[in-house]
Amino acid sequence: MPCLYNNRKNIIMKFKFIEEKVAKVLMIVSSIAVFAFVLNIIYTIFRRGIPALNWDMISKIPAGGYYNGGGGGILNAIVGSLYIVLGSTILGLLISIPVVFYLNVYLKKDSKLAYVARLAFDILFGIPSIVYGAFAFTIMIFLGMHTSLGGGILVITLLIIPIFIRSMDEVAQHLPKDLLDATYALGATKLETIKVVLRQIAPGIATATLLSVGRAIGDAAGVMFTAGFTDSIPTSLSQPAATLPLSVFFQLSSPNADVQDRAYSAALILIFIVLVISILGRLITNYFSKHKI
Amino acid sequence: MENTKKRIQDETNFSSPLGVGGNLVPLQGLGVSSPLGVGGGSSFRILKNKIAGGVMFTITLASILLVILVGLGLYLKSVPIFQQNSFWHLVTSSEWKPGNGEFGFLPFIAGTLWITAIAVILALPIALLTSLFLTEFSRTAVKKWVFTALDILAGIPSVVYGVWGTLFVVPWISEKLAPHFVEYSTGYTVLAGGIVLGIMILPLLISLFVEIFSAVPREFRDAALSLGATKWQTSKYVILRKTFPGILAALILAVSRAFGETIAVLMVCGNIPLLPHSVFDSCYPLPALIANNYGEMLSVPLYESALMLAAFLLFIVVFIFNASSRAVIYRIERKFK
Amino acid sequence: MKSFLYRNPTRASWAEDYSFLNKSSKEKPDDDIDTGEGDRIKKSYLKVSGLNIHINKTHILKNVDLEIPDKKITCIIGPSGCGKSTLLKTFNRLIDDTEGVKYQGSILVDDTDIFDKQTEITEIRKKMGLLSQRPCPLPMSIYDNIAFGCKMHGERKKKKLNDIVEKQLKAVGLWEEVKTRLNASASKLSIGQQQRLCLARGLAVEPEFILADEATSALDPISSKHIEELFVKLKQDYTIILVTHTLRQALRIADHVVFMYLGEVIEAGSADEIFNNPKQELTRKYLEGAFS
Repeated sequence: MPCLYNNRKNIIMKFKFIEEKVAKVLMIVSSIAVFAFVLNIIYTIFRRGIPALNWDMISKIPAGGYYNGGGGGILNAIVGSLYIVLGSTILGLLISIPVVFYLNVYLKKDSKLAYVARLAFDILFGIPSIVYGAFAFTIMIFLGMHTSLGGGILVITLLIIPIFIRSMDEVAQHLPKDLLDATYALGATKLETIKVVLRQIAPGIATATLLSVGRAIGDAAGVMFTAGFTDSIPTSLSQPAATLPLSVFFQLSSPNADVQDRAYSAALILIFIVLVISILGRLITNYFSKHKI
Repeated sequence: MENTKKRIQDETNFSSPLGVGGNLVPLQGLGVSSPLGVGGGSSFRILKNKIAGGVMFTITLASILLVILVGLGLYLKSVPIFQQNSFWHLVTSSEWKPGNGEFGFLPFIAGTLWITAIAVILALPIALLTSLFLTEFSRTAVKKWVFTALDILAGIPSVVYGVWGTLFVVPWISEKLAPHFVEYSTGYTVLAGGIVLGIMILPLLISLFVEIFSAVPREFRDAALSLGATKWQTSKYVILRKTFPGILAALILAVSRAFGETIAVLMVCGNIPLLPHSVFDSCYPLPALIANNYGEMLSVPLYESALMLAAFLLFIVVFIFNASSRAVIYRIERKFK
Repeated sequence: MKSFLYRNPTRASWAEDYSFLNKSSKEKPDDDIDTGEGDRIKKSYLKVSGLNIHINKTHILKNVDLEIPDKKITCIIGPSGCGKSTLLKTFNRLIDDTEGVKYQGSILVDDTDIFDKQTEITEIRKKMGLLSQRPCPLPMSIYDNIAFGCKMHGERKKKKLNDIVEKQLKAVGLWEEVKTRLNASASKLSIGQQQRLCLARGLAVEPEFILADEATSALDPISSKHIEELFVKLKQDYTIILVTHTLRQALRIADHVVFMYLGEVIEAGSADEIFNNPKQELTRKYLEGAFS
């Protein structure tokens, strides 16, 4: 009997090591899978997108019949996206910086308002862009606005404000208390410490901006209802604006194979812009973290 | 007291430009260059402070109210449809014929649930294994590479995922995978939506898991290892157990994100308003419903209200998931502090 | 340095110590001794030779040569940062996990070099029980905490596990306090109880050595006293190696003392020898500094 029991123990021990080996293999496979996905996605887009890429794409707006094979490019979308992203980033910063400042400098650490505010921003962060789009759409109808650049900027601002606030708040919460104490001791009011605080969280602002820009430029569902789509470049806030993601989408929906190819190159342009932004973000974070206190 | 004041004045050789203002220390006299500058009179500075505070407070309050506003706005817009149909009927009926006034949301709710379920089934094991690997088993060099790959995945816009889905996933399903299981499939299926969605929530899940696993103090690992457990046994019995609430919270967040994903999914899911019976059937998730039909919604009566109801449903689900998940995470963080 | 400072009322006899001084450096390995209870007590052997450890190019431990006496309490003392914890963690190869660690030299445990590629790490770790600074009960019930180690080594029989749990809880003096709530979560215990639980957990896998890394620094004085008393009781059956942050603790319970400074072993010997008659200048300075 004892030897049977010992055998059982040995088998359990052997199993322990087999389990360890199997687990290790599975884990490595999972991690490789992550790489595989990235490479597959980039490769697929590149492979179909590069052949159709030409200078026209980024320098011309769609000519008549573009979606049926006519000439032109997606300059309308590139510029439209640029306008929207610019407008919403500026608006977003204007609104988020005061809020972050208020939450971290004016309010006490454990204030109820701060807790509720942060909870609200977390919820706002999680709201999908289609819901923002639907909401903004109703507001626009209510105000009598048509699909326009202004509407697009409105929606994207709503979308990226929580992103700004979240990222900047994370950085601001780690503000060294002594810094603020030192400025107060010099007799500064809370408002005046803003300059000091801004300088301290500047890298956080930079990262937040890049994060938001990346998100803003790639979003389709929010601008669908609100910015509309057009083949021309908007010259005022009340004209509809084209965006890169929607441009990709509409070109892809065309029955013409050439146009579909152009969709791939438009996707390529989009992914390129986003990659550049995120690399820039990395570089900036790395640069700033060298001088961190 | 007076003597000391006089002595300081003499020694530092200044005259106070700020007048009698309580404890404000005049800066120029001390020879300190102040980055803050000195405002006009002290009272003006304090006033500016107060106004600024008020302005910021208003903006903050407005942002909080935004949540309520969005919910309220969508709800009000959905009210008309409630006058014609009960909530129960809307949620359980499968008839979707807006022209006839039939608004059964079940296919869309089911579609959303199906693809989210597939996405979680695919992403969760990969996320758990990869994050355990990153925190317990790998070296810093490897970590850097994997995090870079994850950053790229996280940054890819959803329309590009959709394009990839149509170029790779859909043909793969219809040509390579489906023939083993069903007679025919276009490839625009629940499975395609699930795969694309799964890869989209993977970076989020992994980064949250890594954060949670890294927060487990060293002593726990040391204790388990010292007892003779292998690294995997430690991960299984100690780390996973200890972080279980965190894992759940992260999962809820990821699911909430998956619910709202619109364009990538609508490009690969088939957009047919029928209840899916297998993963190789097409489906029509709620966000896709809203996105595809916003153009016509003003022309058909109650259509707008129906779509707004769909948006409202999404809002409510996301609200509940996010709020509860954050509450759990907050409590966990407090325990660790 | 007079011996009035070195008072240890809980120790059994002084003769034990002096006899250690007289023994030759090489101990005769005894055969297995049978005690009345039927348990076999083996002689444990731990010898460090020429140990050098580099972590990310920093030379943490320099040429450590040490022999740990069997069934005694050995205290490693020294100022903070001198490598005490690293040395302890090397004994059960926990430092393997640290990035950039390189080691040379050998550590012989019962005739096996623990750095040898052939040795199974989990077997070595089974011989060494570790007690950390912060009590860390595993996220399970009290019963499962103690049974954890046994289960990892393949023990599945319910009866045997029950016996082990009861035996170890009694050994650390927790049995009476928790016997009615063995299935309650371990985190509900007080900190002193948690540390005793961790000790019981470590004992459950029947180690030969107990490694304690400042095990009482997070506890209140009464719980610390309990743990120290336990060590004194346990040294009959286990070799105890203690890293201690307070000299007073070493004074109270040490039989053998190792003084380390900046990664080197400056002096090692019996407690009486070191405290009353330190040979090295550094040791003298350290002991004086601690009392001035």
